[in-house]
Amino acid sequence: MMTSKNEANGHEDIEALLPWHAAGTLSQRDAARVERALKTDKELARRYDLVREELAETIHLNETLGAPSTRALDRLFKKIDAEAPRTRRVSLDLTARITTFIAGFSPRTLAFSAAAAALAIMLQAGVITGVLIKDRGTQGYETASQGPAQTAADGVFVRVRFNPQASAADINRFLETNKASIVGGPTESGLFRVKVAVTGLPKSEITRLVKQMQDDKTVGMLASE
Amino acid sequence: MQATSDEVLIARIAGGDRLAMQVLYARHHVRVYRFVLRLVRNDSAAEDLISEVFLDVWRQAASFEGRSAVTTWLLAIARFKALSTLRRRPEEELDDEMAGAIEDPSDDPGRTLEIKEKSEILRKCLTALSPEHREIIDLVYYHEKSVEEVAEIVGIPENTVKTRMFYARKKLAEQLKAAGIERGWP
Repeated sequence: MMTSKNEANGHEDIEALLPWHAAGTLSQRDAARVERALKTDKELARRYDLVREELAETIHLNETLGAPSTRALDRLFKKIDAEAPRTRRVSLDLTARITTFIAGFSPRTLAFSAAAAALAIMLQAGVITGVLIKDRGTQGYETASQGPAQTAADGVFVRVRFNPQASAADINRFLETNKASIVGGPTESGLFRVKVAVTGLPKSEITRLVKQMQDDKTVGMLASE
Repeated sequence: MQATSDEVLIARIAGGDRLAMQVLYARHHVRVYRFVLRLVRNDSAAEDLISEVFLDVWRQAASFEGRSAVTTWLLAIARFKALSTLRRRPEEELDDEMAGAIEDPSDDPGRTLEIKEKSEILRKCLTALSPEHREIIDLVYYHEKSVEEVAEIVGIPENTVKTRMFYARKKLAEQLKAAGIERGWP
């Protein structure tokens, strides 16, 4: 593809990266490779200056294009207003749910989390084998001792509050490991309804599975339904 | 204080939050407009298109999977809509507009010589590139998109992104040469 002088120096692939290096969008590893090559290859460095020139003029050109009038915004909201009213959807992407949830932390919620953590400790200690949780908005939890179903005909459903420090990657790993998926939530108190895709398991296996999920560091609190 | 992330705004939009929609629009509409304008080369069409782009965001927010940045998603929607518009427009209309919008620097050497500033010539050459080449140069240089993100927006393999960028720059160098600027590359 590139018939440049520095091809012989083995910098053909590096030259292809110069535009992204100038724009600052390379990975650290690639940026370091480019920097090393630029220090030792004067021709490559000269071409990098050309790239920077192009970048500067492209920015200049775009910045002189102006902005749309308010007509575009008016038109957008007229169309939005014409749409049917929307009820809150529960099928939001996991990452967005988590980021929304974390972004929405308030001192009140954090205090609430502490109470939930205490409940989780009780669960992990095996004091209660299962907890039925109903989100009641600002009224808090209602709990009741209740064992899991005898068998899991349609999968096992649990309520989970993820550890606020858990990243989306942690949560995804948790879900994959346990063959689970989020089917509802988060509630105002940050609880997700999670389905574990197992069927026909005896009670003892379900209890073991729930315990395994409770022990995961990603989970702040988990209770079977 | 940290601004609300684009991902959080999208989640709120999915729940029907109009204010979140306004914030997202305020944050990104100018860049989306410029991206579209460079493709369709018509102010009025570009304005119509950004309304359509953000309306799609309103409608599809719940299906946003967060695998890419929100700006990458926005530009992908914008690109699709701009290309659809270009396909619908009669060829003659497009050609006429392009002829009006672009002055080929090689058409009038006398006038080109009058343009003393090298940067001005460079900008003219950038404008005269084909839509495909303009698009990739804008995405990389102005919209600061990585190889992977450009691949996602344009719908081509990553290696093709690098190749296309190379040829876009090569074409630019040829136009500069025709306009009297020899850069010694390629």
